[in-house]
Amino acid sequence: MSNVKTASQNPQSQVASNGTKKKRGPWREVWRRMKKNKAAMVGLLIILILILSAIFADVIAPYGYDEQSLVDRLQTPNSKHLLGTDNFGRDIFSRIIYGSRISLQVGFIAVGIAAILGGTLGAIAGYYGGKLDNVIMRCIDILLAIPGILLAIAIVATLGPGLRNVMIAVGIGSIPSYARIVRASVLSLRDQEFIEAARAVGANDFRIITKHIIPNSMAPIIVQATLGVANAILSAAGLSFLGLGIQPPTPEWGAMLSNARHYLRDYPHIATFPGLAIMITIFGLNLLGDGLRDALDPRLKS
Amino acid sequence: MHRYIFRRLLLLIPVMMGVTFIIFTMMYFTPGDPARIMLGETAPEADVIRLREELGLDDPFLIQFGRYVKNAVIHQDIGRSYTSNRPVVGEITTRFPATLKLAALGVLVSVAIGIPTGIISATKQYSIFDNVAMVLALIGVSMPNFWQGLMTMLVFSVYLGWFPSSGFSTPMHWVLPAVTIGTASCAIVTRMTRSSMLEVIRQDYIRTARAKGQVESKIINQHALKNALIPVITVVGLQFGYLLGGAILTETIFAIPGVGRLMVEAVLRRDLPIVMGGVLFIAVTFSIVNLCVDILYAFVDPRIKSQYK
Repeated sequence: MSNVKTASQNPQSQVASNGTKKKRGPWREVWRRMKKNKAAMVGLLIILILILSAIFADVIAPYGYDEQSLVDRLQTPNSKHLLGTDNFGRDIFSRIIYGSRISLQVGFIAVGIAAILGGTLGAIAGYYGGKLDNVIMRCIDILLAIPGILLAIAIVATLGPGLRNVMIAVGIGSIPSYARIVRASVLSLRDQEFIEAARAVGANDFRIITKHIIPNSMAPIIVQATLGVANAILSAAGLSFLGLGIQPPTPEWGAMLSNARHYLRDYPHIATFPGLAIMITIFGLNLLGDGLRDALDPRLKS
Repeated sequence: MHRYIFRRLLLLIPVMMGVTFIIFTMMYFTPGDPARIMLGETAPEADVIRLREELGLDDPFLIQFGRYVKNAVIHQDIGRSYTSNRPVVGEITTRFPATLKLAALGVLVSVAIGIPTGIISATKQYSIFDNVAMVLALIGVSMPNFWQGLMTMLVFSVYLGWFPSSGFSTPMHWVLPAVTIGTASCAIVTRMTRSSMLEVIRQDYIRTARAKGQVESKIINQHALKNALIPVITVVGLQFGYLLGGAILTETIFAIPGVGRLMVEAVLRRDLPIVMGGVLFIAVTFSIVNLCVDILYAFVDPRIKSQYK
């Protein structure tokens, strides 16, 4: 319908739809809109810097994350130690740089777990409907009745602390939101003509879901995943702050803050910088997520 | 309406059974023998075996689960703490008021600041006030509350000495914790109020009110606000639930003896009945709050009420 309309209004796109002129892909269109949004670009920049610092941590960090120097302990920021040192004389800047690896890892893997499990459940529930839908969604309701951080704490209490278990705990805690989003978009797509057409040419359910439904419901999933990475990083940092997550000497930002609490009065810099690192990361992800939502929102399409 | 409330209350039962099942399963499959943990590493094997029999720990999974549910429903008994040997329910109920108070204060902060800010932002869209408020709101959602707690404590109690840094005996003690726990929610409520208000003030009936010469303040307060606040109620209700869970971090920072702190200590001591009891307790409260929000919804929005028949 919309093709016909644009074709009649704009002869150029008629050429484009005939294939004689290169047509803009949907993702290029999203990128074009994203580029106009300054806030989203700031967010993207922050995340790119974070990813680069995680990849090149060995090159950027002047010291090792567990390199102790008791002579240099509890130093305020100076030329030798850019952000000062902690109670073991470890360089805070280096630990924050290495910490970006942990946070990104937790963020992406936890969201991966949640999106794959939640997405699959949501897709099955939405596509097949009926009793199966009812059973799956009631289970999701049960998970939703437990606030995410509590579920994560219960899982950590069962599995024990540590990086892997924190990723699992945070991931499972966020399954319901993906299941709901995917189910909603599958429901809206299920009865559309192109799905019927795919079924008519003999595509099986698996192919229809993976090749037709999922690619068409990617927009809300991507937005949710971007904001989900932010939530996962926050939850993991919170768990580590409580001493239930990633254990020292691993340079996790929340664990660094937890240690810094004891020196808050006299050496506030130890607590300030890891917290700022978390805040800037989450800020960047939120800006990017909001920008992506605006860029992907079909209502704003011209 | 009564039928709707009754149906929702009935629906709460399977959800709670499900939550109990998840929690019990987790407890059951956690490595370690509860009898051994309760008696200590040095206790003789014969005593451990006797306690296992006494507690019925050798029974099949489903029988143990059935007993757990039966005790929970009939005797309000969800086990005993491994470390203090006191009933879990008692341990939690003595700590629960502090958590509830903290979460309620958090909601109060978020509503008292968030809603007016959201309204002003929407009515003066793209003004300096709006821009500053939106940037602050974004910072508010991005700031980890445990870090914010430490920083406010540093500034307002260590440097300025305005508020005590920990404890809970006077109202002054609750100011910093309430602000800490409420900030993120406040940011969310502000954003929600603004977007909801923006949507409402573009509608035809608002234009009509303007066209007939109504004063702007009346348009906002009498016509727009009522409709704009409906989605905000849901968000506030949800926030209350999250704050009950999120209270764990704030309680830890400000040394408030709530359920959250109890649970964290229990996890560190591997005192599972307390952990799972805490989860169950908060999940029940969360579900009841959600139900109340849905009912409240019907009272403020007659369109929804008519669907509930």
